[in-house]
Amino acid sequence: MTTVVTDNCRGCRFTDCVSVCPVEAFHVDDEMLYINPDVCIDCSACVPECPVEAIFEEDDLPDGQEHWVDINEERSQETPNITETLEPLEGAEDKREALGL
Amino acid sequence: MSKLGSADNPLKVAIVGAGPSGFYAADALINSDLKVEVNLLEKLCAPYGLVRTGVAPDHPLIKKSIEKFAVMAEPKEFNYFGNVAVGKDIKVDELKETHHAVIITMGAETDRKLGIPGEDLKGSHTATEFVAWYNGHPEYREREFDLSHETAVIIGQGNVAADVARILAKTVDELKSTDISQHALDVLKDSKVKNIYIVGRRGPAQGAMTSKELKEFGDLRECDTFVDPSEAILNKSSQEELSDRNGRAAKKIYELFAGYAEPKKPHKARSFPWTRAYEKPRKCHIQFLRSPVELKGNKKLETVVFEKNALSGDPFKQSARGTGKLEELKAGVLFRSIGYRGVALDGVPFHDAWGVIPNDKGRVLEEHESELVVPQLYTAGWIKRGPSGIIGTNKACANETIAELMQDIDKLDDKKEKLGNKKIREILDKNNVRFINFIQWEVIDKEEVKNGKPKGKPREKFTYTEEMLGLLT
Repeated sequence: MTTVVTDNCRGCRFTDCVSVCPVEAFHVDDEMLYINPDVCIDCSACVPECPVEAIFEEDDLPDGQEHWVDINEERSQETPNITETLEPLEGAEDKREALGL
Repeated sequence: MSKLGSADNPLKVAIVGAGPSGFYAADALINSDLKVEVNLLEKLCAPYGLVRTGVAPDHPLIKKSIEKFAVMAEPKEFNYFGNVAVGKDIKVDELKETHHAVIITMGAETDRKLGIPGEDLKGSHTATEFVAWYNGHPEYREREFDLSHETAVIIGQGNVAADVARILAKTVDELKSTDISQHALDVLKDSKVKNIYIVGRRGPAQGAMTSKELKEFGDLRECDTFVDPSEAILNKSSQEELSDRNGRAAKKIYELFAGYAEPKKPHKARSFPWTRAYEKPRKCHIQFLRSPVELKGNKKLETVVFEKNALSGDPFKQSARGTGKLEELKAGVLFRSIGYRGVALDGVPFHDAWGVIPNDKGRVLEEHESELVVPQLYTAGWIKRGPSGIIGTNKACANETIAELMQDIDKLDDKKEKLGNKKIREILDKNNVRFINFIQWEVIDKEEVKNGKPKGKPREKFTYTEEMLGLLT
């Protein structure tokens, strides 16, 4: 089992999760974050940190979000590791509001 | 003298306690823009705090965070002083004299008390004692737990309560390949415990353990988990809590509790004849809305008296109140797990009611809610914010403290020479303290791993300080 970043991160990228990851499992591209399942220790520290509720334990994924397991695995191999928080993307707050969060 | 934090005047910081917060604080200092010297002091020989002595042995993945801490110990700016009890072997004031700043990261070492008659009867323990004992903590090596009675009771429903219950519920076969200490395995092998009660004062909508811990109760090889269906029924306020956005996590937990209230299908035996249906020999009962009011027994625990509670109040503000209705449960052993609390350290302010060091974002205050900052003193981790959050939570917590410390940099420079680790060594030598450095710890670490190999365990921990020191002569 692993922990996965899903759609809500896209265009937000708040990166609060990165500040509590004990094993530096996060990767980043221009749009969002991904978790490397080979590094993640399933501690779930990141789950409650996400302001847009984008992070789930694998077996708690909402219906229709299961494909994010593979996306996290693939994209984390292709993107750089991130170990410190970044400024959220422009429009992140708007997206959070649009999500009703 | 050159500017503090430059190459010929490094910022010297002592950190007390080598758990996650101590390492995260050290790492943040070493990775800052300043030149630093970090001296991490730990009362045990072994570093890593609760990752080593708290995290359950059957959660090996979580312990992988240790690999990161070991890397943090590599830089030349990092010095480790194991087997050094600050307050006894060296005083906080001595650390302040020899460093620009001192950070207290000593965690929350003890449990809250129930405050009921009979609490100190033989057979009544704290969960932390049991956890430290099965995890090979040298200070708890000689504790004794009588598991000869069929019934064990755990008061509290947080993750520590869950860990204790799981260790009691698992067979030796399930545990023998973990890093659980051999002396604990030997006692658990003869355990007669068949009924495990995990009792909470509030209801299933106010569960304190994580869904991950709760799910594990469905996967125990030889233990079934039960919730009385009548206790899975919610009052109106609790229903409202669970349908609220802020009740998402609680809802997930409630659904798991409710799942344990459904009738169990017969299990299939794992060994031949594999088609035979059987009932698992151990039972875990999760009970709600009960508070222990008395422990009774002749010299040792025999009966736990509970008072049934009722919840009242608006959603998210409900409190559990006693109804006056009592019930008794015969039991041989009890573990209370109603919250950790910190212990005061000589020379450092302490807020006794909360069991934490009074602080503002990590700057130690003279007293709770005071505006007076104690110069040079900082804190991080559970002793700073109380016992909540997990390993990684302490990373953000320690980073906050270090950010504050960095803002104070001009104040920390009192233009006096700070002798740092040289002076620590001198004081410890003078006091005849046998301290170890990180390279010596790594010798012990390797030996533990080697000793675990023949048993198929990731390591067999040394449980006596003398054994560890003996390796180093």
